[in-house]
Amino acid sequence: MLKSRPLKALIFAVCLAPAAWLGWRIWRMDLTANPLEFITHFTGDWTIRFLVITLAVTPFRKLLRLPDLIRFRRMFGLFAFFYACLHFATYLWLDKLFDVPEMVKDIGKRPFITAGFAALVCIAPLAATSTAGWIRRLGGRRWRLLHRLVYVSAAAGVAHYYWLVKSDIRLPALYGLLVALMLALRLVPGVRGSAAPRKPAAGSAYCGSPASTGSERGLS
Amino acid sequence: MARKLGEQIPYSEITPKSVYLNRRAFLAAAPAAFMGARALLAAPRFQTRRSPLSTSEPPTAQQYVTHYNNFYEFGTAKDDPAENAALFKTSPWSVSVDGLVKQPRKFTMDELLKLAPLEERVYRHRCVEAWSIVVPWVGYSLGALLRQAQPDPKAKYVAFESYYDPKQMPLARESGIAFPYVDGLRLDEAMHPLALLCVGMYGEALPPQDGAPVRLVVPWKYGFKSIKSIVKIRLVETQPPCTWNIANSREYGFYSNVNPNVDHPRWSQAKEQRLPSPFKNHATQMFNGYGDQVAGLYSGMDLKKLF
Repeated sequence: MLKSRPLKALIFAVCLAPAAWLGWRIWRMDLTANPLEFITHFTGDWTIRFLVITLAVTPFRKLLRLPDLIRFRRMFGLFAFFYACLHFATYLWLDKLFDVPEMVKDIGKRPFITAGFAALVCIAPLAATSTAGWIRRLGGRRWRLLHRLVYVSAAAGVAHYYWLVKSDIRLPALYGLLVALMLALRLVPGVRGSAAPRKPAAGSAYCGSPASTGSERGLS
Repeated sequence: MARKLGEQIPYSEITPKSVYLNRRAFLAAAPAAFMGARALLAAPRFQTRRSPLSTSEPPTAQQYVTHYNNFYEFGTAKDDPAENAALFKTSPWSVSVDGLVKQPRKFTMDELLKLAPLEERVYRHRCVEAWSIVVPWVGYSLGALLRQAQPDPKAKYVAFESYYDPKQMPLARESGIAFPYVDGLRLDEAMHPLALLCVGMYGEALPPQDGAPVRLVVPWKYGFKSIKSIVKIRLVETQPPCTWNIANSREYGFYSNVNPNVDHPRWSQAKEQRLPSPFKNHATQMFNGYGDQVAGLYSGMDLKKLF
Protein backbone atom coordinates (compact mmCIF):
# COMPACT_ATOMS: atom_id res chain seq x y z
CA MET A 1 0.00 0.00 0.00
CA LEU A 2 2.84 2.36 0.87
CA LYS A 3 4.11 1.93 -2.63
CA SER A 4 1.05 3.31 -4.36
CA ARG A 5 1.49 6.48 -6.34
CA PRO A 6 -1.83 8.03 -5.32
CA LEU A 7 -0.77 7.73 -1.67
CA LYS A 8 2.42 9.58 -2.41
CA ALA A 9 0.47 12.29 -4.20
CA LEU A 10 -1.92 12.52 -1.28
CA ILE A 11 0.89 12.89 1.23
CA PHE A 12 2.47 15.52 -0.98
CA ALA A 13 -0.80 17.47 -0.94
CA VAL A 14 -1.07 17.15 2.85
CA CYS A 15 2.47 18.46 3.26
CA LEU A 16 1.63 21.40 1.05
CA ALA A 17 -1.58 22.18 2.93
CA PRO A 18 0.03 24.47 5.55
CA ALA A 19 1.56 26.58 2.79
CA ALA A 20 -1.78 26.70 1.01
CA TRP A 21 -3.47 27.74 4.25
CA LEU A 22 -0.90 30.48 4.73
CA GLY A 23 -1.42 31.62 1.15
CA TRP A 24 -5.16 31.81 1.78
CA ARG A 25 -4.62 33.86 4.95
CA ILE A 26 -2.35 36.25 3.05
CA TRP A 27 -4.88 36.52 0.23
CA ARG A 28 -7.59 37.36 2.74
CA MET A 29 -5.24 39.72 4.64
CA ASP A 30 -6.19 37.77 7.73
CA LEU A 31 -2.81 37.76 9.43
CA THR A 32 -3.50 38.92 13.01
CA ALA A 33 -2.32 42.28 14.30
CA ASN A 34 1.27 41.32 13.58
CA PRO A 35 1.63 39.69 10.13
CA LEU A 36 5.42 39.48 10.38
CA GLU A 37 5.26 37.54 13.62
CA PHE A 38 2.40 35.35 12.39
CA ILE A 39 4.10 34.35 9.14
CA THR A 40 7.48 33.91 10.82
CA HIS A 41 6.12 31.66 13.55
CA PHE A 42 3.90 29.73 11.15
CA THR A 43 6.69 28.90 8.71
CA GLY A 44 9.18 28.27 11.52
CA ASP A 45 6.80 25.87 13.26
CA TRP A 46 6.31 23.87 10.06
CA THR A 47 10.05 23.76 9.40
CA ILE A 48 10.83 22.16 12.75
CA ARG A 49 7.84 19.82 12.44
CA PHE A 50 9.02 18.57 9.06
CA LEU A 51 12.54 18.15 10.38
CA VAL A 52 11.20 15.94 13.17
CA ILE A 53 9.02 14.00 10.72
CA THR A 54 12.00 13.50 8.40
CA LEU A 55 14.14 12.27 11.25
CA ALA A 56 11.36 9.91 12.30
CA VAL A 57 11.32 8.00 9.02
CA THR A 58 14.49 5.95 9.52
CA PRO A 59 13.75 4.67 13.04
CA PHE A 60 10.06 4.11 12.40
CA ARG A 61 10.45 2.14 9.21
CA LYS A 62 12.50 -0.30 11.27
CA LEU A 63 10.46 -0.25 14.44
CA LEU A 64 7.17 -0.58 12.58
CA ARG A 65 8.64 -2.93 9.99
CA LEU A 66 7.50 -0.65 7.21
CA PRO A 67 10.62 -0.38 5.05
CA ASP A 68 8.68 1.39 2.31
CA LEU A 69 8.28 4.45 4.50
CA ILE A 70 11.62 5.41 3.01
CA ARG A 71 9.76 6.51 -0.11
CA PHE A 72 8.59 9.59 1.77
CA ARG A 73 11.80 10.63 3.47
CA ARG A 74 13.11 12.78 0.67
CA MET A 75 9.73 14.46 0.28
CA PHE A 76 9.55 15.30 3.99
CA GLY A 77 13.11 16.59 3.97
CA LEU A 78 12.41 18.78 0.96
CA PHE A 79 9.31 20.14 2.64
CA ALA A 80 11.38 20.99 5.72
CA PHE A 81 13.71 22.91 3.42
CA PHE A 82 10.77 24.51 1.61
CA TYR A 83 9.26 25.86 4.85
CA ALA A 84 12.72 26.91 6.04
CA CYS A 85 13.10 28.96 2.84
CA LEU A 86 9.73 30.63 3.40
CA HIS A 87 10.78 31.33 6.99
CA PHE A 88 14.07 32.84 5.89
CA ALA A 89 12.44 34.84 3.09
CA THR A 90 9.98 36.31 5.62
CA TYR A 91 12.88 37.42 7.80
CA LEU A 92 14.90 38.81 4.92
CA TRP A 93 11.99 40.64 3.33
CA LEU A 94 9.62 41.79 6.08
CA ASP A 95 12.03 42.06 8.99
CA LYS A 96 15.25 43.13 7.25
CA LEU A 97 13.74 44.71 4.11
CA PHE A 98 16.50 43.04 2.04
CA ASP A 99 19.15 44.94 3.96
CA VAL A 100 21.82 42.27 3.51
CA PRO A 101 24.63 43.99 5.47
CA GLU A 102 22.20 44.40 8.37
CA MET A 103 21.28 40.72 8.08
CA VAL A 104 24.93 39.66 8.09
CA LYS A 105 25.44 41.75 11.22
CA ASP A 106 22.47 40.02 12.81
CA ILE A 107 23.82 36.59 11.96
CA GLY A 108 27.20 37.40 13.45
CA LYS A 109 25.92 39.13 16.55
CA ARG A 110 22.83 37.30 17.73
CA PRO A 111 23.19 33.65 18.69
CA PHE A 112 19.59 32.72 17.94
CA ILE A 113 19.87 34.06 14.41
CA THR A 114 23.28 32.42 13.99
CA ALA A 115 21.69 29.11 14.97
CA GLY A 116 18.73 29.55 12.64
CA PHE A 117 20.95 30.49 9.74
CA ALA A 118 23.25 27.55 10.46
CA ALA A 119 20.23 25.23 10.40
CA LEU A 120 19.28 26.54 6.97
CA VAL A 121 22.82 26.37 5.62
CA CYS A 122 23.08 22.75 6.79
CA ILE A 123 20.01 21.50 4.95
CA ALA A 124 20.47 23.50 1.75
CA PRO A 125 23.10 21.08 0.32
CA LEU A 126 20.93 18.14 1.33
CA ALA A 127 18.04 19.53 -0.69
CA ALA A 128 20.39 20.15 -3.60
CA THR A 129 21.77 16.59 -3.53
CA SER A 130 18.49 14.84 -2.88
CA THR A 131 18.18 13.32 -6.35
CA ALA A 132 19.19 9.84 -7.45
CA GLY A 133 21.73 11.40 -9.78
CA TRP A 134 23.53 13.04 -6.89
CA ILE A 135 23.58 9.83 -4.89
CA ARG A 136 25.31 8.21 -7.86
CA ARG A 137 27.73 11.07 -8.32
CA LEU A 138 28.71 11.23 -4.66
CA GLY A 139 28.54 7.53 -3.97
CA GLY A 140 26.35 6.08 -1.25
CA ARG A 141 28.90 6.33 1.52
CA ARG A 142 29.79 9.98 0.95
CA TRP A 143 26.16 10.88 0.31
CA ARG A 144 25.13 9.31 3.61
CA LEU A 145 27.87 11.13 5.46
CA LEU A 146 26.82 14.44 3.94
CA HIS A 147 23.20 13.85 4.78
CA ARG A 148 24.00 13.38 8.45
CA LEU A 149 24.09 17.18 8.44
CA VAL A 150 20.35 16.93 9.00
CA TYR A 151 21.14 16.07 12.63
CA VAL A 152 23.12 19.29 12.97
CA SER A 153 20.36 21.22 11.26
CA ALA A 154 17.66 19.89 13.58
CA ALA A 155 19.76 20.58 16.68
CA ALA A 156 20.52 24.11 15.46
CA GLY A 157 16.84 24.60 14.71
CA VAL A 158 15.89 23.67 18.24
CA ALA A 159 18.56 26.01 19.67
CA HIS A 160 17.22 28.76 17.40
CA TYR A 161 13.72 28.28 18.81
CA TYR A 162 14.90 27.91 22.41
CA TRP A 163 16.95 31.11 22.31
CA LEU A 164 14.14 33.02 20.68
CA VAL A 165 11.44 32.66 23.33
CA LYS A 166 11.31 35.16 26.14
CA SER A 167 10.33 32.91 29.01
CA ASP A 168 7.90 30.17 28.02
CA ILE A 169 10.20 27.35 26.90
CA ARG A 170 7.61 24.57 26.64
CA LEU A 171 7.41 24.31 22.86
CA PRO A 172 11.14 24.51 22.09
CA ALA A 173 11.70 22.00 24.89
CA LEU A 174 9.15 19.67 23.30
CA TYR A 175 10.84 19.84 19.89
CA GLY A 176 14.21 19.37 21.57
CA LEU A 177 12.92 16.20 23.19
CA LEU A 178 11.47 14.92 19.92
CA VAL A 179 14.71 15.52 18.03
CA ALA A 180 16.69 13.87 20.82
CA LEU A 181 14.31 10.92 20.75
CA MET A 182 14.67 10.48 16.99
CA LEU A 183 18.44 10.52 17.31
CA ALA A 184 18.42 8.21 20.34
CA LEU A 185 16.27 5.66 18.50
CA ARG A 186 19.09 5.34 15.97
CA LEU A 187 21.24 3.91 18.74
CA VAL A 188 18.85 0.99 19.17
CA PRO A 189 20.48 -2.05 17.55
CA GLY A 190 18.98 -2.79 14.15
CA VAL A 191 17.41 0.65 13.73
CA ARG A 192 20.24 2.32 11.89
CA GLY A 193 19.95 2.21 8.15
CA SER A 194 23.12 0.27 7.57
CA ALA A 195 21.69 -2.81 9.25
CA ALA A 196 18.75 -2.87 6.89
CA PRO A 197 18.14 -6.13 5.08
CA ARG A 198 17.68 -4.25 1.84
CA LYS A 199 19.01 -4.25 -1.63
CA PRO A 200 22.80 -4.14 -1.77
CA ALA A 201 22.93 -0.87 -3.67
CA ALA A 202 23.64 1.42 -0.77
CA GLY A 203 22.36 4.60 -2.36
CA SER A 204 18.98 3.35 -3.40
CA ALA A 205 18.48 1.58 -0.09
CA TYR A 206 18.77 4.98 1.49
CA CYS A 207 16.65 7.09 -0.68
CA GLY A 208 14.15 4.52 -1.84
CA SER A 209 13.05 4.32 -5.41
CA PRO A 210 15.17 6.56 -7.62
CA ALA A 211 12.07 7.30 -9.65
CA SER A 212 11.33 10.88 -8.79
CA THR A 213 7.84 12.28 -8.96
CA GLY A 214 9.15 15.39 -10.60
CA SER A 215 7.03 17.59 -8.39
CA GLU A 216 9.60 17.14 -5.65
CA ARG A 217 12.25 18.70 -7.78
CA GLY A 218 10.20 21.80 -8.08
CA LEU A 219 10.77 22.34 -4.39
CA SER A 220 14.48 21.99 -4.19
CA MET B 1 -17.49 63.01 36.56
CA ALA B 2 -15.98 64.34 33.38
CA ARG B 3 -16.14 67.45 31.28
CA LYS B 4 -17.73 67.61 27.90
CA LEU B 5 -15.10 69.63 26.11
CA GLY B 6 -14.92 68.61 22.47
CA GLU B 7 -16.81 65.35 22.28
CA GLN B 8 -15.51 63.04 19.59
CA ILE B 9 -16.83 60.45 17.21
CA PRO B 10 -16.96 57.25 19.22
CA TYR B 11 -14.44 54.64 18.12
CA SER B 12 -17.17 52.08 18.04
CA GLU B 13 -18.55 53.85 15.02
CA ILE B 14 -15.20 53.72 13.27
CA THR B 15 -14.19 50.22 14.25
CA PRO B 16 -16.93 47.63 14.00
CA LYS B 17 -17.73 46.38 17.43
CA SER B 18 -18.12 42.66 17.68
CA VAL B 19 -19.58 40.36 20.22
CA TYR B 20 -16.28 39.31 21.75
CA LEU B 21 -16.59 42.03 24.35
CA ASN B 22 -17.72 41.01 27.76
CA ARG B 23 -20.41 43.57 28.29
CA ARG B 24 -21.21 42.49 31.77
CA ALA B 25 -17.66 43.15 32.86
CA PHE B 26 -17.80 46.61 31.39
CA LEU B 27 -21.08 47.39 33.07
CA ALA B 28 -19.64 46.32 36.39
CA ALA B 29 -16.37 48.16 35.94
CA ALA B 30 -17.65 51.49 34.80
CA PRO B 31 -21.17 52.20 35.96
CA ALA B 32 -20.76 55.93 35.64
CA ALA B 33 -20.65 56.45 31.97
CA PHE B 34 -23.14 54.83 29.71
CA MET B 35 -25.36 56.54 27.27
CA GLY B 36 -29.06 55.88 27.67
CA ALA B 37 -30.48 53.98 24.77
CA ARG B 38 -27.12 52.57 23.68
CA ALA B 39 -26.51 50.96 27.03
CA LEU B 40 -27.88 47.59 26.00
CA LEU B 41 -26.09 47.57 22.67
CA ALA B 42 -22.65 48.91 23.45
CA ALA B 43 -20.17 49.06 26.27
CA PRO B 44 -20.39 52.09 28.53
CA ARG B 45 -18.54 55.08 27.24
CA PHE B 46 -16.43 57.59 29.07
CA GLN B 47 -16.93 61.30 28.64
CA THR B 48 -13.44 62.60 28.12
CA ARG B 49 -11.60 65.63 26.93
CA ARG B 50 -8.77 65.14 24.52
CA SER B 51 -5.44 65.86 26.14
CA PRO B 52 -2.99 68.17 24.39
CA LEU B 53 -0.40 65.48 25.16
CA SER B 54 -2.01 63.34 22.45
CA THR B 55 -0.28 62.48 19.22
CA SER B 56 -2.09 63.25 15.99
CA GLU B 57 -1.11 59.87 14.54
CA PRO B 58 -4.09 57.66 13.68
CA PRO B 59 -4.99 55.10 16.35
CA THR B 60 -4.51 51.41 15.64
CA ALA B 61 -7.77 49.54 15.01
CA GLN B 62 -9.35 48.58 18.31
CA GLN B 63 -9.73 44.94 17.26
CA TYR B 64 -5.95 44.58 17.04
CA VAL B 65 -5.25 46.26 20.35
CA THR B 66 -7.72 43.95 22.09
CA HIS B 67 -6.49 40.76 20.42
CA TYR B 68 -2.74 41.12 20.49
CA ASN B 69 -1.64 41.23 24.10
CA ASN B 70 1.28 40.37 26.28
CA PHE B 71 -0.43 39.53 29.56
CA TYR B 72 1.33 36.37 30.71
CA GLU B 73 -1.06 35.81 33.61
CA PHE B 74 -3.53 34.72 30.93
CA GLY B 75 -1.15 32.81 28.64
CA THR B 76 1.96 33.59 26.64
CA ALA B 77 0.51 33.60 23.10
CA LYS B 78 -0.64 36.99 21.88
CA ASP B 79 -4.23 35.86 21.36
CA ASP B 80 -4.44 34.02 24.70
CA PRO B 81 -5.42 36.96 26.94
CA ALA B 82 -8.43 37.98 24.84
CA GLU B 83 -9.77 34.48 25.28
CA ASN B 84 -8.64 33.59 28.78
CA ALA B 85 -9.23 36.91 30.52
CA ALA B 86 -12.83 37.23 29.32
CA LEU B 87 -14.22 36.23 32.71
CA PHE B 88 -11.58 38.02 34.78
CA LYS B 89 -13.38 39.46 37.81
CA THR B 90 -12.50 43.13 38.12
CA SER B 91 -15.23 44.26 40.48
CA PRO B 92 -14.99 45.02 43.32
CA TRP B 93 -11.51 46.46 42.91
CA SER B 94 -9.29 48.66 45.01
CA VAL B 95 -5.77 50.02 44.82
CA SER B 96 -3.71 50.66 47.92
CA VAL B 97 -1.21 53.51 48.00
CA ASP B 98 1.17 53.25 50.94
CA GLY B 99 4.80 53.10 52.00
CA LEU B 100 6.63 56.39 52.45
CA VAL B 101 3.53 58.58 52.34
CA LYS B 102 1.74 60.77 54.86
CA GLN B 103 -1.72 59.54 53.90
CA PRO B 104 -1.62 55.82 53.10
CA ARG B 105 -4.99 54.62 51.89
CA LYS B 106 -7.00 52.33 49.69
CA PHE B 107 -8.89 53.71 46.72
CA THR B 108 -11.96 51.94 45.41
CA MET B 109 -12.40 51.86 41.65
CA ASP B 110 -15.26 54.35 42.03
CA GLU B 111 -13.00 56.75 43.87
CA LEU B 112 -10.28 56.36 41.27
CA LEU B 113 -12.70 57.19 38.47
CA LYS B 114 -13.69 60.41 40.24
CA LEU B 115 -10.30 61.48 41.50
CA ALA B 116 -9.49 63.65 38.49
CA PRO B 117 -11.14 64.55 35.19
CA LEU B 118 -10.72 61.74 32.66
CA GLU B 119 -8.70 62.65 29.61
CA GLU B 120 -8.19 60.92 26.34
CA ARG B 121 -4.48 60.52 25.66
CA VAL B 122 -3.52 59.15 22.28
CA TYR B 123 -0.06 57.70 22.83
CA ARG B 124 2.41 55.74 20.79
CA HIS B 125 3.02 52.40 22.51
CA ARG B 126 6.31 50.67 21.72
CA CYS B 127 6.82 47.06 22.77
CA VAL B 128 10.30 45.79 23.54
CA GLU B 129 9.58 43.18 20.83
CA ALA B 130 9.97 45.91 18.17
CA TRP B 131 6.33 46.51 17.30
CA SER B 132 4.27 49.57 18.07
CA ILE B 133 0.68 50.71 18.13
CA VAL B 134 -1.16 53.99 18.72
CA VAL B 135 -3.79 53.81 21.44
CA PRO B 136 -6.33 56.36 22.66
CA TRP B 137 -6.08 55.67 26.40
CA VAL B 138 -8.44 57.13 28.99
CA GLY B 139 -7.18 58.26 32.37
CA TYR B 140 -5.27 61.01 34.12
CA SER B 141 -1.72 61.66 35.25
CA LEU B 142 -0.51 59.18 37.84
CA GLY B 143 0.79 62.16 39.85
CA ALA B 144 -2.80 63.13 40.69
CA LEU B 145 -3.20 59.87 42.59
CA LEU B 146 0.24 59.94 44.21
CA ARG B 147 -0.27 63.50 45.46
CA GLN B 148 -3.41 62.37 47.30
CA ALA B 149 -1.20 60.14 49.42
CA GLN B 150 1.35 62.92 50.01
CA PRO B 151 4.73 61.32 49.36
CA ASP B 152 7.32 61.61 52.09
CA PRO B 153 10.57 63.43 51.12
CA LYS B 154 12.40 60.15 51.70
CA ALA B 155 10.46 58.43 48.92
CA LYS B 156 12.60 58.03 45.79
CA TYR B 157 10.83 55.27 43.87
CA VAL B 158 7.35 53.92 43.28
CA ALA B 159 6.72 50.17 43.30
CA PHE B 160 3.69 48.71 41.53
CA GLU B 161 2.11 45.31 41.85
CA SER B 162 -0.45 43.57 39.63
CA TYR B 163 -3.32 41.48 40.84
CA TYR B 164 -2.53 37.78 40.93
CA ASP B 165 -4.96 34.95 41.55
CA PRO B 166 -3.77 31.52 40.44
CA LYS B 167 -7.40 30.35 40.34
CA GLN B 168 -8.37 32.97 37.78
CA MET B 169 -4.98 32.79 36.08
CA PRO B 170 -4.14 29.10 35.87
CA LEU B 171 -1.83 29.60 32.88
CA ALA B 172 0.43 32.00 34.76
CA ARG B 173 2.46 29.18 36.28
CA GLU B 174 3.48 27.91 32.86
CA SER B 175 4.66 31.27 31.56
CA GLY B 176 8.19 31.07 32.95
CA ILE B 177 8.08 34.35 34.89
CA ALA B 178 7.26 34.96 38.55
CA PHE B 179 3.98 36.43 39.76
CA PRO B 180 2.55 38.71 40.96
CA TYR B 181 3.96 40.95 38.25
CA VAL B 182 5.85 43.87 39.76
CA ASP B 183 7.47 46.92 38.28
CA GLY B 184 8.71 50.30 39.35
CA LEU B 185 9.53 53.86 38.41
CA ARG B 186 11.68 56.55 39.89
CA LEU B 187 9.42 59.02 41.74
CA ASP B 188 10.20 61.86 39.33
CA GLU B 189 9.28 59.59 36.41
CA ALA B 190 6.04 58.62 38.11
CA MET B 191 5.20 62.28 38.75
CA HIS B 192 5.80 63.23 35.12
CA PRO B 193 2.53 64.41 33.53
CA LEU B 194 2.91 61.89 30.67
CA ALA B 195 2.78 58.93 33.08
CA LEU B 196 -0.84 57.91 32.88
CA LEU B 197 -3.06 56.10 35.34
CA CYS B 198 -5.28 54.45 32.77
CA VAL B 199 -8.84 53.17 33.21
CA GLY B 200 -9.98 52.91 29.62
CA MET B 201 -9.24 52.98 25.93
CA TYR B 202 -11.17 53.85 22.80
CA GLY B 203 -13.60 55.73 25.02
CA GLU B 204 -14.54 52.62 26.97
CA ALA B 205 -13.49 50.82 30.11
CA LEU B 206 -10.34 48.73 29.69
CA PRO B 207 -11.12 45.24 28.48
CA PRO B 208 -9.70 42.56 30.79
CA GLN B 209 -6.96 41.55 28.37
CA ASP B 210 -5.60 45.10 28.23
CA GLY B 211 -5.19 45.38 31.99
CA ALA B 212 -8.63 46.08 33.45
CA PRO B 213 -9.70 47.84 35.47
CA VAL B 214 -6.71 50.11 36.03
CA ARG B 215 -3.19 50.09 34.61
CA LEU B 216 -0.22 52.28 34.02
CA VAL B 217 0.83 53.74 30.67
CA VAL B 218 4.36 55.11 30.47
CA PRO B 219 4.64 55.99 26.79
CA TRP B 220 8.38 56.71 26.64
CA LYS B 221 9.28 53.27 28.00
CA TYR B 222 8.88 49.80 26.54
CA GLY B 223 5.38 48.41 26.97
CA PHE B 224 6.17 45.96 29.76
CA LYS B 225 6.82 48.92 32.09
CA SER B 226 3.13 49.84 31.73
CA ILE B 227 1.95 47.41 34.40
CA LYS B 228 -1.58 46.03 34.14
CA SER B 229 -4.40 45.40 36.62
CA ILE B 230 -2.74 47.29 39.49
CA VAL B 231 -3.64 46.53 43.12
CA LYS B 232 -0.71 47.95 45.06
CA ILE B 233 1.33 51.13 44.80
CA ARG B 234 4.07 51.66 47.34
CA LEU B 235 6.48 54.56 47.70
CA VAL B 236 9.93 53.38 48.67
CA GLU B 237 13.47 54.57 49.18
CA THR B 238 15.39 52.09 47.04
CA GLN B 239 14.96 50.81 43.49
CA PRO B 240 12.10 48.30 43.50
CA PRO B 241 12.23 44.92 41.74
CA CYS B 242 10.79 44.55 38.22
CA THR B 243 9.50 41.25 36.89
CA TRP B 244 11.29 41.20 33.53
CA ASN B 245 14.47 42.52 35.07
CA ILE B 246 14.38 39.61 37.53
CA ALA B 247 13.67 37.16 34.71
CA ASN B 248 16.58 38.41 32.58
CA SER B 249 18.56 41.41 33.76
CA ARG B 250 20.81 41.35 30.69
CA GLU B 251 17.85 41.96 28.40
CA TYR B 252 15.50 44.10 30.48
CA GLY B 253 16.82 46.99 32.54
CA PHE B 254 15.07 48.91 35.29
CA TYR B 255 14.64 51.99 33.13
CA SER B 256 13.78 50.35 29.81
CA ASN B 257 13.38 53.67 28.06
CA VAL B 258 12.67 53.29 24.36
CA ASN B 259 16.09 53.74 22.78
CA PRO B 260 16.95 52.97 19.15
CA ASN B 261 20.66 53.03 20.01
CA VAL B 262 20.58 50.27 22.60
CA ASP B 263 19.76 46.92 21.07
CA HIS B 264 17.99 44.15 22.84
CA PRO B 265 20.65 41.42 22.93
CA ARG B 266 18.55 39.36 20.51
CA TRP B 267 17.30 42.00 18.12
CA SER B 268 17.89 45.55 16.99
CA GLN B 269 15.73 48.29 18.46
CA ALA B 270 16.48 50.75 15.66
CA LYS B 271 13.28 49.94 13.76
CA GLU B 272 9.81 48.83 14.59
CA GLN B 273 6.63 47.61 12.95
CA ARG B 274 3.69 49.93 13.22
CA LEU B 275 0.99 47.29 13.46
CA PRO B 276 -0.72 45.92 11.48
CA SER B 277 1.96 46.66 8.88
CA PRO B 278 3.97 43.54 8.07
CA PHE B 279 7.15 45.54 7.51
CA LYS B 280 9.66 46.51 10.16
CA ASN B 281 10.29 49.82 8.46
CA HIS B 282 9.30 52.44 11.01
CA ALA B 283 12.26 54.22 12.61
CA THR B 284 12.16 54.00 16.40
CA GLN B 285 12.48 57.37 18.10
CA MET B 286 14.47 58.13 21.23
CA PHE B 287 12.11 57.97 24.23
CA ASN B 288 9.48 56.83 21.71
CA GLY B 289 9.24 60.40 20.46
CA TYR B 290 8.62 61.90 23.91
CA GLY B 291 12.18 63.15 24.33
CA ASP B 292 11.22 66.82 24.38
CA GLN B 293 9.17 66.18 27.50
CA VAL B 294 11.17 63.51 29.33
CA ALA B 295 14.84 63.69 28.27
CA GLY B 296 15.50 66.04 31.19
CA LEU B 297 14.72 63.25 33.64
CA TYR B 298 17.85 61.46 32.49
CA SER B 299 20.38 64.24 31.96
CA GLY B 300 23.86 63.13 32.86
CA MET B 301 22.91 59.45 32.85
CA ASP B 302 24.65 56.93 30.60
CA LEU B 303 21.58 55.34 29.01
CA LYS B 304 23.68 52.59 27.45
CA LYS B 305 24.56 51.37 30.92
CA LEU B 306 21.31 52.28 32.64
CA PHE B 307 19.13 50.84 29.88
